[in-house]
Amino acid sequence: MSKKQTLVVIGNGMVGHNFLVNLMASEIKDQYEVVTFCEEPRAAYDRVHLTEYFSGKTAEDLSMVEEGFFENNDITIHLGDKASAIDLQKKWVTSEKGLSINYDKLVLATGSYAFVPPIPGHDRENCLVYRTIEDLEAITAASKNSKIGAVVGGGLLGLEAAKALKDLDLKTNVIQFSPRLMSAQLDDGGAKMLADKIEALGVTVLASKNTLEIVDGDSCQHKMIFADGTELETDIVLFSTGIRPRDEIARSCGLKIGGRGGIVIDDQCKTSDPDIYAIGECAVWNDQVFGLVAPGYSMARTVVADLADEQASFTGADMSTKLKLNGVDVASIGDAHANTPGSMVYTYQNGAEGIYKRIVVSEDGKKLLGSVLVGDASGYGTLLQYCLNGIELPENPDALILPHRSDESVGLGPDALPDSAQICSCYDVSKGQVCSAIENGCTNIASLKSSTQAATGCGGCAALLKSVLDCELEKSGIAVNTDICEHFPHTRQDLYNIVMVEDIKTFDDLLDKHGSGGRGCEVCKQAVGSILASYWNDYILEKNHLSLQDTNDTFLANMQKDGTYSVVPRMTGGEVSPDMLIALGKVAKKYNLYTKVTGGQRIDLFGARVDQLPLIWEELIAAGFESGHAYGKSLRTVKSCVGSTWCRFGVADSVGLAVELENRYKGLRAPHKIKFAVSGCTRECAEAQGKDIGVIATEDGWNLYVCGNGGMKPRHADLFATNLDKETLIKYIDRVLIFYVRSADRLQRTSVWMENMEGGLDYLKSVVIDDKLGICDKLEQQMQHVVDTYQCEWKTTIEDESKLKRFRHFVNSDNTDEKILFVEERGQIRPANEEEHQHMKIAEEA
Amino acid sequence: MSSEQHWIDVCSTDDLQPDSGICALIENKQVAIFYMPKEQAVFAINNYDPFGNANVLSRGLIGDINGIPMVSSPLYKQHFNLLTGECLEDESVCVEAYAIRIENGRVEVSI
Ligand code: SRM
Ligand SMILES: Cc1cc2nc3c(=O)[nH]c(=O)nc-3n(C[C@H](O)[C@H](O)[C@H](O)COP(=O)(O)OP(=O)(O)OC[C@H]3O[C@@H](n4cnc5c(N)ncnc54)[C@H](O)[C@@H]3O)c2cc1C
Ligand code: SF4
Ligand code: FES
Repeated sequence: MSKKQTLVVIGNGMVGHNFLVNLMASEIKDQYEVVTFCEEPRAAYDRVHLTEYFSGKTAEDLSMVEEGFFENNDITIHLGDKASAIDLQKKWVTSEKGLSINYDKLVLATGSYAFVPPIPGHDRENCLVYRTIEDLEAITAASKNSKIGAVVGGGLLGLEAAKALKDLDLKTNVIQFSPRLMSAQLDDGGAKMLADKIEALGVTVLASKNTLEIVDGDSCQHKMIFADGTELETDIVLFSTGIRPRDEIARSCGLKIGGRGGIVIDDQCKTSDPDIYAIGECAVWNDQVFGLVAPGYSMARTVVADLADEQASFTGADMSTKLKLNGVDVASIGDAHANTPGSMVYTYQNGAEGIYKRIVVSEDGKKLLGSVLVGDASGYGTLLQYCLNGIELPENPDALILPHRSDESVGLGPDALPDSAQICSCYDVSKGQVCSAIENGCTNIASLKSSTQAATGCGGCAALLKSVLDCELEKSGIAVNTDICEHFPHTRQDLYNIVMVEDIKTFDDLLDKHGSGGRGCEVCKQAVGSILASYWNDYILEKNHLSLQDTNDTFLANMQKDGTYSVVPRMTGGEVSPDMLIALGKVAKKYNLYTKVTGGQRIDLFGARVDQLPLIWEELIAAGFESGHAYGKSLRTVKSCVGSTWCRFGVADSVGLAVELENRYKGLRAPHKIKFAVSGCTRECAEAQGKDIGVIATEDGWNLYVCGNGGMKPRHADLFATNLDKETLIKYIDRVLIFYVRSADRLQRTSVWMENMEGGLDYLKSVVIDDKLGICDKLEQQMQHVVDTYQCEWKTTIEDESKLKRFRHFVNSDNTDEKILFVEERGQIRPANEEEHQHMKIAEEA
Repeated sequence: MSSEQHWIDVCSTDDLQPDSGICALIENKQVAIFYMPKEQAVFAINNYDPFGNANVLSRGLIGDINGIPMVSSPLYKQHFNLLTGECLEDESVCVEAYAIRIENGRVEVSI
């Protein structure tokens, strides 16, 4: 066996890491011993979404490293260690911590740094940049004692940073050297419209300002002095004046460097030394540096292919971009400035609505060369595809940007795209790949995302991805049929609205008035059962509703594999007194039930026959227990940690709140189950961030997290609001939950519901916190109705003779099901397996 | 088919659960009996779920799929044709179906 070669990667940023991931997925992974140097204290994270750090994303959320990635692939990562020198002759890399490694191949992925202009005073305290998590931590810290902020630079990044400062409650200014914002991408008309929109966000735009000096301020920490004689007082200065390739290590070892910096590479991404590659923002190809992540990923793929002796070239990259600011639509495609000789320009401007669109068309009018969109970037996907795929333009290209006047259709249906068309540039996913994923069973955005990675980078391609999906589904006859099943030509949300508006109270009534015939099936029956239950909150074994329930709901218990049931009484907040425990133990012992503590902080009793259920519950209810609704698509548990009452770190009574919340929402029926947790401090022992509703105590109140879950596809909850008093907290939870109950699809947990909602978390906040739809009162009223009409379903059931009739195995005999057999294991019962069944049968016959 | 069917009295029609099922013990067989009041229809099939290996079909949800009356198993949700006992998802699987009728307010099954 040949000895492995050593491959060293300097820099574990977005591109360096993407290279490692590609390498590990390739066939040559076993040929290399891989070592990587990572100067930052943590491995690669998603810089593109860095700003989300301010809206509650943690460093772990942003991490791009799959759990166990380095260990499982035997990659050695030196965290917090910077490669300091390369010896090209001896092929050594040395690091600041004193390591020396002999490489066979070397990949430089050192990225770039934020350039700070050498203005006197630029290095004063709280003069910061915006590139790493540490930068953002410094900004957060500085903002605590600040009122005013200034961002120097009005490019894509500068505007993103300005919005972030604004969201930190600073009075924010953007200082722009040139007369227009985003000067690299926009023309004058577009930039002017953009400035209006940025001002509308509450950010002041100061254009044509040349900063001469930063000195001590009078009312703030700093004073910026501009060339035109004006001044600005500010507490924080954030420089966003461009990036520069980090080529210092390459420069000092003698690799070829570009005229304006950057490590020169060829089409295979090789530097002037054939054993050294450079990729990402540190590289310069054809005199061009690429400040976007997609070209870096494409370089990373090229290097992996080159190492594997495959033909591959980096051939430049599209630099079209969209601004990532909520509410401000800006996009620029291709040759936005009409620099191509002979090109023609069409412009549409609508001052009233703040819309500016411009397309640049080739001399023969056949091809789209570039475009600028401000105020309405909905055409971005279509235009980008025209441009990238050279698709022939319609006869009147201006139709692409003019408002639709007639029924003429100008949108480029995804059908018109060739299979090779790139849908997602971040992950280089083609239409062909998306289509084959759809063929293989991905029928929604979430599954497409996880199987192709499309739309998981900058997210700019999400709308296009959705339209390809819809189009393909339609073609394959699965149709974008959102009907709940063959019995109703409606979605769950439609049915919910019909029930609400027409006051419908029974399934039969709904089926008569709005069904397509037939008797219903388990899909529509359960969905309608859930809708009726969450809207009217009737007793679910009511004659009219009984047949709608899945067996678990019909028998108010979860069926186990052998046809027996489990019994789960409610233990609010996981709290239980010794007396209650004893009572529970007595019942379990009497009926010989297998007893286990669940993952939901309560106790489950297994192995109850259907005829035993009412007897068991009668005793439990007499002892003070209630139904735990473990069988329902409804509120399950509110987990708690012990909190300030006992714990030396707790800052509030988490158990008390958990008990109160569980009592408030118990019995609420929903499209799927709902779980809560409440932690008494940020140590988070109740794991609230893994719940549909999570609450964490702070010094000043409660932080609310929403839409998390464990299960098959775990998702961390998103921070929704901070430092709430209890009254507001409960209000928000009321609203979120009823809005979910109303608008989610069947069997959609809160996470998927929110992810599929247009506008996502921000939209949800605007509905719940800002009452954008004006429905908050209604949502609260409906929740209050559910709270007021709560009943313990088991209590109602055992009090009603007629309901108890069902709880027999045979209608005409008192025998029990002979197939139910138990054997003992670890001192308790468990269902007998097939072999044991045979055994016992033989024994009995003998 | 024998001309003289042997009908066994099972229970009163009051014991039927509308749009749902019950289970009866008939000649040592577990029989799942379903009732659709709107159509005044009753169905009888064996209660044993061959996928879940448990006697549970009477506790499944009923309705129709493409016009075929069916029960959906409470364990793993396969559908069984209430008229023939055939599994709609897997042609090779079939549970026994029995003749059933209502006579003078009584439910009768022929095994
Ligand atoms: C009993 C219990 C396991 C245990 O012994 O600890 C359990 C048992 C079942 N879980 Fe669970 N889950 C239990 C805690 C959990 C937890 C932990 C938690 O709640 O903190 C999770 C992950 C958290 C979460 O849900 O976000 C969990 C995630 C699931 C899932 C996956 C949900 C998802 O969104 O991916 C399912 C499947 C489903 O609901 O569709 C499931 C389904 C089930 C079912 C209903 C499966 C079934 O249809 O038979 C099991 C019912 C058993 C029964 O008869 O009670 N169970 N299950 C736990 C009962 C908690 C309770 O007191 O009510
Ligand atoms: C706020 C923000 C928003 C952005 N938004 C977008 C967007 O919407 N779309 C888009 O395409 N791009 C966006 N970008 C740009 C994108 O993040 C970069 O293109 C991408 O991170 C480049 O990857 P890279 O690996 O080349 O560099 P980096 O991610 O910077 O990684 C380089 C790494 O190498 C390390 N390093 C450097 N020298 C050494 C050494 N000698 N030894 C060890 N380690 C070293 C650095 O510390 C760094 O961790 C954004 C950037 C920022 C900051
Ligand atoms: S993890 Fe699976 S096996 Fe365990 S209880 Fe949950 S559903 Fe059942
Ligand atoms: S283009 Fe960035 S995620 Fe698809």
